[in-house]
Order: sequence, then structure tokens, then C-alpha cells
Amino acid sequence: MADSVYKFHGGLHLDEHKAESLTQPLQVASLADEIIIRVSQHIGEPNTPVIETGDTVKRGQLLAESSAFVSAPVHASTSGTIKAIEERAIAHASGQKAECFILIPDGKDEVFEQPENSYQKNDLQKSDLLAMIRLAGIVGLGGAVFPTAAKLTTAIKHGIKTLIINGAECEPYITCDDVLMQNNAADIFKGITYLQTILQPEQTIIGIEDNKPAAIQAMQQALADTSLANTRVTSIPTLYPSGGEKQLIKLLTGLEVHSSQLSFEIGILCQNVGTCAAIAKAIDECQPLTSRIVTVTGPGVNNPGNWLTPLGTPVSHLIQLAGGYKVKQPKLIMGGPMMGLTLESDQIPVVKATNTILVLDHLDQPEVNECIRCGSCTEVCPVQLLPQQLYWYSKTHQFDLTESYHLFDCIECGCCSAVCPSHIPLVQYYRHAKGEIWQQRKNTYKSDRARKRHEFREARIARQKQLDEERRQQKREALAKKKAAEQATKATQSDNSPAGQTVDAVQAALERVKARKKAQQVDPKNTSNLTDEQQRQIDEANARRNKTTADDA
Amino acid sequence: MGHDTSMLVLIAVLTLSFIAGSFGLILGYAAIRFKVEGNPIVDQIDAVLPQTQCGQCGFAGCRPYAEAIAKGEAPINQCPPGGESTIVALADLLDTEVLELNAEHGEHSEVPLVAVIDEMNCIGCTLCIQACPVDAILGSAKHMHTIIESECTGCELCLPPCPVDCIDMIPIKQTLADWKWPEPKTLSPNESTEMTHG
Repeated sequence: MADSVYKFHGGLHLDEHKAESLTQPLQVASLADEIIIRVSQHIGEPNTPVIETGDTVKRGQLLAESSAFVSAPVHASTSGTIKAIEERAIAHASGQKAECFILIPDGKDEVFEQPENSYQKNDLQKSDLLAMIRLAGIVGLGGAVFPTAAKLTTAIKHGIKTLIINGAECEPYITCDDVLMQNNAADIFKGITYLQTILQPEQTIIGIEDNKPAAIQAMQQALADTSLANTRVTSIPTLYPSGGEKQLIKLLTGLEVHSSQLSFEIGILCQNVGTCAAIAKAIDECQPLTSRIVTVTGPGVNNPGNWLTPLGTPVSHLIQLAGGYKVKQPKLIMGGPMMGLTLESDQIPVVKATNTILVLDHLDQPEVNECIRCGSCTEVCPVQLLPQQLYWYSKTHQFDLTESYHLFDCIECGCCSAVCPSHIPLVQYYRHAKGEIWQQRKNTYKSDRARKRHEFREARIARQKQLDEERRQQKREALAKKKAAEQATKATQSDNSPAGQTVDAVQAALERVKARKKAQQVDPKNTSNLTDEQQRQIDEANARRNKTTADDA
Repeated sequence: MGHDTSMLVLIAVLTLSFIAGSFGLILGYAAIRFKVEGNPIVDQIDAVLPQTQCGQCGFAGCRPYAEAIAKGEAPINQCPPGGESTIVALADLLDTEVLELNAEHGEHSEVPLVAVIDEMNCIGCTLCIQACPVDAILGSAKHMHTIIESECTGCELCLPPCPVDCIDMIPIKQTLADWKWPEPKTLSPNESTEMTHG
């Protein structure tokens, strides 16, 4: 190929270990006794189950979904009964469990009839394609598992000039994309055609590392068969991490995605080859994403190879298919040796993100020494960061400084850790620092909110107090006015003094009270026509009363 | 000569007086024109405090405590919810020494707590609603109350007024999204940590 290929900074030549899993052809994995399907298998908002325990489901039937924009539904990967929805061990660095459907296959593997969709196959619009991609639960299969429909919708708004298809597969041991390109190149190109319909890019470049000649040939053959315009397959030099999004963009276009910029801001969108094949399946066959190719390899397993695996298959089942463990105490990694996750058990299920099960015979845990400031890490960093500086600041918890040294541009590829002669787990320091910064941001958000709510509450209470005070004031004023008015009327009615003469208000009030009391005084009843006897008794009583009053005084 | 010297002195005095006077006017104008409302250091301190409004520091909320610190009337180690990180941040901001958290004001809990009302036992007295500093309790008289978990700061101010003791503080459930990578263990204890500039 005469296509110019650019260079990115740093990178590492690693032992490839790809041949092991390429010795046998792609096989279809048999069904495990128990399929464990994680409820949420994407980056974004979590899913909610729509199926209950005891329900029977068929392959492709919706199990869980979310209404959020950044989400992808999950479907049953075979037919059977949902035994339970419970917490199971999953592939996560924390070792925590997550909600999973436990599906007991019935062995028939019946296909679910997708609800009748009104799309005319030969006249699919952009929005139809996007809707179908979303409904099929497709996520980025390169490892990031970002919902594809959300990514495409955002990309359309920016306008995409260059569509890049990522077939680099740069991490050692992993061969699932290689096998996919060799076996299903036509499907990948169907997917690319749909992506081109959606994005209308000016050019499409498929980048494949030059250690995969068979895949490059198959892809070029398939491209020739489709006669797609402005599309080319480009071989790139084998250098880890060429499959990183920003690195691949640099390699193929010479353009750099700047710090804190996203690739579509410069008109470029990347999709993994696996995602393209899944898109083709979703649109041509109305089949959601329920299986993927998984590489099972490493020195700890007998017959390494690639299997088309139903999602939810436990790792132990795949190991069995690969001839079982070769060593007594195997170390399991989901993903490659550079960026993969260590698995605590082989009961963990395959998810959409699982490209490889790597079985090692031991984990290197060399002694960590002091940093000798050799600068090797800076030389290999593909993002041109200063790993040593980031290390010091992370270690001394000066997280604001790590941020100003662009910690968040770190892609955690592990090159720096791999070359460090002191075996310092640099990436782990960066991950910790990132976590702390996110936590701080979350806390700041929460405390800002609490401050606002508290201030609002204080203001509301103050306002309420003021209103109450005003109301009281008004009442007092109204009362005073009323009294004044009453007094004025009384003064005109009862007081004969010449007009204009000022009357002492207190005096007047006292007089009014006296007058009222006088008016209220009741004359003694039955005091007329008394007999002498009665009169005498009254006199006596009066005398007594006077006496007691006098005594009291 | 004597006359000249006194003239020179007079000129010098007048010039200086004029300069002083004009600077005085400029400063006076600037003091009015660029007047800063409130005390900006109080805002900075307040921004560091966790805003639980719990009053454990002995002040009626975070801002009064911030004001007290700014005036130098309160030490920086009276905020249990903030814990060590807040004390360090305050010491950094005010350029003072880092102090131990004063245990008299309470203990720092690493796990954030949230209040939960046992709704079966709530009698709808509204006392907790009146106590909540951030309006995180919803309900009305003689109706069940409930806590808006996302807004609760875990200040525990709703606990004492509850006549039926139906409010509990529980740790916030940690999800996978909250999980953070742990700090790598330093395997060699001799490694210097004060080195910060490579």
C-alpha cells in the first residue's frame, strides 16, 4: 500500500503471543449449563430488568433496558428459563458483585421473533438505522463498551469527515478481531456501509496492524467485492498501543486529538471491527448483540483458540472448551496483559466487553524499588505525558497538580509501568489519583448543593419572619385606627366640650371604661315592697358585708 | 540664601502634600468604587467546609463557623464531617499548622451516612422537617415523612427532635460507580515521599 502512515510518540514493541490462539480455526462455543447475563454491560446509566424470575425467554428477547440516552439494552443469549435475578461475581477490579440474570438454557436455542418493525429493508433512513442499532444493544466492542447509538448520534451533530475502523488489535495474546476479519470480512463491510449511510464521511480508513497479514488480505478482498468509494484498508506498523483511539487517528491521518478534546470534534469517528459486524447483524437479521468472539489463550490453558461465545457464558465453560487448565494455580485475566482485569474466579461470565480470557501460569510481582529518574516512562508514553511527574504528585496526594499535568489524558495503556526498571505500578497510582479527583468533584458538587439549599432555607425563613412581622404590624395599625375612629365618634357624641379642645386619650379611655361599668351595674332586684322582717335581714347582711370589707382593708 | 532655602522647603512640602492629597483621593475613590462586599476569606473557608450544616463545631452552620475562623475566634479542627482532609485544606488556605480533629466535637466517619425514616412509625409531627437545615425531608402534618436521600447531608439534626425515635442513620450504599482504585501499597518503606519535584 502506498498510503502514508504517520507516527505517534512512544509506544512499545511487546512479545506478541498471537500465534498460540491462531492454531485452530474459529469455533462455536457450546451452551453452558448456566448462562449469567449481567443486567448492565455498558458505560452509562444502569439498566432495569423487564423480565421476572421464572419467565421463559428466547434468544434475542429483551431482558433489561434503560430510557437514558447513554445506555444499551441487554438480551437473552439463548432460549430457556430465568432461574433468578441475583448478585453474582463479575469482571470488575473491585471484586464486587452485580445484578445478573441466571438463565438455564433449554437446549433448543429458539430465536425470539422481534416485534414487527415497519422499516422497509431497502429504504432505511439514518434515524431507522440508529434506532435499530440502539435496540440491538450494540456497544463499542473494542473494550470501552460505550453505547454505539449514543456515540453516532453525538458524532452526527459534529459532522464526520473521516470514519476510522479499528482493526489494530495491538495488545498481546488477543486475536478475536483478527479471526473476525479473516472469517467475517463481508459482514464487517456491511456494517461499514451502514455507518457510511449514517455519517456520510468523506473517507473511510480501516487500520490493521501489519502482524495480521491474513486479516489484511481478507479485508482487502472483501473491500474489492463491495466497491465502496473512498474506502481503504491500511496496514500500520505493529507497535503497542496503536489500537488506542487517539494513536490510531494519529497513525492514519496525522491529526492529533488535543487534550480534553473528543475525536469527533475534529471530524473523526472510530469504530471497532467487531462493532461493525454486530451492526450488520442487527440490521440485516434483526438480531441483537447476544454473542461475540472470545479468545481463550495463554500459557495456562491446553488448547488456545477463538470461540463464538454466547454472552453470559461462564469463563470456566470456555476454559473447558479450550482443553482445561495446564497449570495448577492459573491466574485469570479478562482482556490483555497490559490493560486486562484480574479475575478472582472462573465463575465470572463473559460480557460484551470480554475480548479475551488470558490464562497465565503466574503473575509477575517483582519488588518495587525507588524511582531512579531514568525517564524511560516519558520516552514510551504514547500521550506525551510526564509519567514520573504524575507519579510524584499522585503519591504525595497533590491531586490538583496531577490534573494540571493532564492526568486525565492518560489512557492507562501501561507502557510506563512496563518499562519502569524499578517496577513501580505507575498506572495504579494514576487510577487512584483519578478516583480521588472524581470523588472530590462529587463532594464539591454535593456540598455546593447543600450550601445553596441551606441558604435558600435561611432566606425563606427570614422572609417568612418578615412577612409575619409585617402582618402583625398591619394588624396593630388597623386596631389603632379602629380605636381612634371609635373614639372620635364617641367624642362627637358624648363630649359637649367645645370643638377643637384636646382630650387626653387615656383619660377619655378611663372614662369610657367607667361609664361602661356604670352602665353594666345592675340595680338590686326585689327591693321594693319589702316586709319589715326582710328589710331587717337585708340591713343585717349589709352590715356584715361592710364589716368584712372594713376588716379586709 | 535663607529666603531661598525656606522657599525650597515650602515648595517641597507643597509638592509632597499635593502628591499625598491626590493619592489620597485616588485611594478614596478606589475604596468606594472597588468595595468588596463581605469578607472574601469567609467565602473561601466556607467553600472548603463540607456544608453538612450539622452544627457540631458549635456554630449555627458552616458559614458562621467560617466567619469565626476568619475572625480568628475558632480553631480549624472543629469539623468532624470534614475530618482530616478539611483540616488540611483549611491549614493550607490559611497557612497555619495542621491540627488533630478536636474529639470534643465528634468523630469523623469515613463512610458517609444518610438519614432514613422508618415510615411505619412516623406520626407526621413535622419536627424533623423543621430541624433539617437543607430541606431534605418531605411531608406534612399528620402525614408520613420521608427523606430525600440525594439531598441529605447526614448532619443528624433530625434525630433529637423525633418524638418516636423513628429516624436512623445508615451508611450510603456504595455502588460500582462509586468504587475507586485503591492506592498502591508502597512496598519499600525507605522510599522518599518528600521529593515532589522530579
